[in-house]
Amino acid sequence: MDWETVIGLEIHAQLSTKSKIFSGSSTAYGAAPNAQANLVDLGYPGVLPVLNGEAVRMAVSFGLAVNAAIAPRSVFARKNYFYPDLPKGYQISQYELPVVGKGSLDIVLEDGTKKRIGITRAHLEEDAGKSLHEGLAGASAIDLNRAGTPLVEIVSEPDMRSAKEAVAYMKKVHTLVRYLGICDGNMQEGSFRCDANVSVRPKGSDQFGTRAEIKNLNSFRFVEKAINYEVARQIDVLEGGGKVVQETRLYDPDKGETRSMRSKEEANDYRYFPDPDLLPLEIDAAFLETVRATLPELPDAKATRFVAQYGLSEYDAGVLTASRELAAYYEDVVARLGGEPKLAANWVNGDLAAFLNRENLEIDSSRVGAAQLAGLVARIADGTISGKIAKDVFEAMWASGREADAIIEEKGLRQITDTGAIERAIDEVMAKNPGQLAEYRAGKEKLFGFFVGQTMKATQGKANPAQLNELLKKKLAGP
Amino acid sequence: MSAAPPHPRTLAGMAGGLAKREFSSVELTRHLLGRLEAAQPQLNAMISITGEGALAAAALADGAFASGKAGPLTGLPIVHKDIFCTAGVRTTCGSRMLDNFVSPYDATVVAKLKAAGTVMLGKSNMDEFAMGSSNETSFYGPVRNPWNPAMVPGGSSGGSAAVVASRLAPAATATDTGGSIRQPAALTGVTGLKPTYGRVSRYGMIAFASSLDQAGVIAATAEDCAMMLGAMAGFDPRDSTSVDAPVPDYVAALAAPAKGLRIGLVKEFFDTGLDAENERQLRAAFAVYEKLGVTLVDVSLPNIGLSVPTYYVVAPAECSSNLARFDGVRFGHRCDNPKDLLDLYKRSRGEGFGAEVKRRIMTGTYVLSAGYYDAYYLKAQRVRQLISADFAQAFEHVDVLAGPTSPTPAFALGAKTADPITMYLNDIYTIGANLAGVPALSVPCGFVNGLPVGLQLVGPHFSEAKLLAAAHAFQLETDWHARVPAAWL
Repeated sequence: MDWETVIGLEIHAQLSTKSKIFSGSSTAYGAAPNAQANLVDLGYPGVLPVLNGEAVRMAVSFGLAVNAAIAPRSVFARKNYFYPDLPKGYQISQYELPVVGKGSLDIVLEDGTKKRIGITRAHLEEDAGKSLHEGLAGASAIDLNRAGTPLVEIVSEPDMRSAKEAVAYMKKVHTLVRYLGICDGNMQEGSFRCDANVSVRPKGSDQFGTRAEIKNLNSFRFVEKAINYEVARQIDVLEGGGKVVQETRLYDPDKGETRSMRSKEEANDYRYFPDPDLLPLEIDAAFLETVRATLPELPDAKATRFVAQYGLSEYDAGVLTASRELAAYYEDVVARLGGEPKLAANWVNGDLAAFLNRENLEIDSSRVGAAQLAGLVARIADGTISGKIAKDVFEAMWASGREADAIIEEKGLRQITDTGAIERAIDEVMAKNPGQLAEYRAGKEKLFGFFVGQTMKATQGKANPAQLNELLKKKLAGP
Repeated sequence: MSAAPPHPRTLAGMAGGLAKREFSSVELTRHLLGRLEAAQPQLNAMISITGEGALAAAALADGAFASGKAGPLTGLPIVHKDIFCTAGVRTTCGSRMLDNFVSPYDATVVAKLKAAGTVMLGKSNMDEFAMGSSNETSFYGPVRNPWNPAMVPGGSSGGSAAVVASRLAPAATATDTGGSIRQPAALTGVTGLKPTYGRVSRYGMIAFASSLDQAGVIAATAEDCAMMLGAMAGFDPRDSTSVDAPVPDYVAALAAPAKGLRIGLVKEFFDTGLDAENERQLRAAFAVYEKLGVTLVDVSLPNIGLSVPTYYVVAPAECSSNLARFDGVRFGHRCDNPKDLLDLYKRSRGEGFGAEVKRRIMTGTYVLSAGYYDAYYLKAQRVRQLISADFAQAFEHVDVLAGPTSPTPAFALGAKTADPITMYLNDIYTIGANLAGVPALSVPCGFVNGLPVGLQLVGPHFSEAKLLAAAHAFQLETDWHARVPAAWL
């Protein structure tokens, strides 16, 4: 039987507010355990939560960016369960009335077509603390620094049909929250993570299969692997005549498999009810307009502009706008060049991207800045060096942090454009290789490449390639 | 028992004496500390008496008088209900769960009264986590009614009421979730005010039912309540449900005459269950008001009969969640040698909480559970809206509503502990104001069989000044509030 995969994601994005969602504690990562937990975070008797307005602004800006309806009135609710890293015995979240309602965003599939993914809702909530069990014989330790960190939970519709689509969607949300400046997107630190709801059904069926929820996936790679594993597992179960059980599963990255965590029957009854310590959150049109006015140019709009303004392919524009910083770098290079947008795009998406990748660096920590790259591209554009030589210059720039011009001068890499000099080099090569010359002239035109190579070698690669081609053709043809 | 004090017995009287330097705050404080200590075996009204801190605060207050920096409350000794967190002082909430809990911070109410110069004598006894109407659920044992030690003082603020009734302190903070200020005030013959929900900050007041809890005051007179409320009230950025509305001068507002007021007599309050003698005292009180030029009007609160069941869904629901933080992990009681996490939770909570608290946690957990939420919690919230609407509609016709505070005078210790429902019905007249969030107070209006009974006045939101003025006018005409049990003269 042919099976169809159905995936919905719940993405948790940690909002980059300075203080927690209901207390004044700092949210900075990496402090000593419990150094950033005040009486409110510790759930002391008598303390009360006070909503952080900046968290609201951030959630609303996300809602606006995905064209969602923003609720004029939303309600915080208590999700009740006992766990040592949940100090109050309940998590403050939003349940029936979330701040962000239905919206959508577009992803690009591998074949280049666009697909719209529905967003069901996004709501504000507080994060729990961390329980640490490793290295503590017979004990657990609690770190409440993270307790009360603001999260926005973004719930998608079950619109994705493959692990690749799920990753594309997650990447798109990742790009968006970083554009908006509402989440640092750091997946290692857990700032951006997701739960994946996965089910399969016979192709053509309009009913959903029973789903499993894979918890806490914190890398794009894990999302893809976990979903693929889970899909295969479910198909195996069904084809073996079994039934998929509704349950929560965990992905084990070491073994590359998912395993059952708890079944639906074992699930908590969270006893949600409106939190009486917090008033309903009311958002008026004026506030919406203030937030809307501060929205940056969003990735899709920027990519469209890059295609129109710089004549780039959709693919190049998409890559360049994957992060706000990369797009800004590219535009800085182009502005400094005063043109050459395609050449600049090739360099940013090509050699620069490769070097960044190799060292696992973000564009912000590139060893070659926008001004320096513009300096290099300018020398290609004005014919001072060839594209090939430019690669060597770039490598030297990356290693030394020096300017392109200094390296070109020092190493004497300036391209030879003097016709006389190139002709002299050709003459020498022809004189040294009489046999090949004779064969060429007898009709073996493939040897043209040999002469190009030899002449380039003689000029240490500095001959202007176009001039060289032209002069060589003329000379080889004979007097 | 120490000899009759050389001091006035009311907050206002003491303030006058301090201002005229007739006595110092240290003298006054030392005297009252002695009385409090001496009264403990008979009344058990206090959980902690903080003599050292009190004398230090009194000395500071005397310094303020000497340097001319004293305010209207400077140097006045008061008691805080042990539900308010007090920095460096044990804060038990009447529970074994918090027997070892020393709060690292002051509740906003405590901080404000401290800033106003008051002297804290100690922390008063109370029903465990404010759950009770007789002060018999306290881990520290019941409080006795100063009028008759065989009787309960009411609850949950039984300690605060008993302390004021016996004049061991001129005023005490208290809290009211379903009548916990007004009912003990009525049963001990003192004045108790539950302000509008949001008028006084709840920050640092250990939560029972957050949407109903409100801090207030118990004192001998309406005037003393007015003095205290002025210092306690106001917006607190730490409490999202506190209201940012100006605080009027409640003492100045006492001068407003009762003449012209329209007082509504809630007919449902006289239909059932009200003790006949108690009703006679109330009718006499209404006659006093008529003499003062008040118009009495019969009004109806059609849904008020649903207030007890509504309350006993909403309050336990909130309490079941509010009390989840007492898990033995970070503070409070922890069982010995827990074998695993579940054992730690079960035994710490099982040992730390008393029977009434457990009953309410279980009730609340039940009404919030999947499958029951709509039938109980949601329905109760709808009824709550109806009850609020009843009050709003009544206040379109009258300025103040009047009725009994409690169906009977104080009952005997142990009389109702076996039957929680009978106990819950004690709050039948008081719960409505909590559900609607409106202010209400109880003033002494007579005696039945030697035990005090109270008249309850209820006003629209933020009408504390009007309620206090109406009570003050009554107290100018009567002396019920000035009666002190013979043993405590």
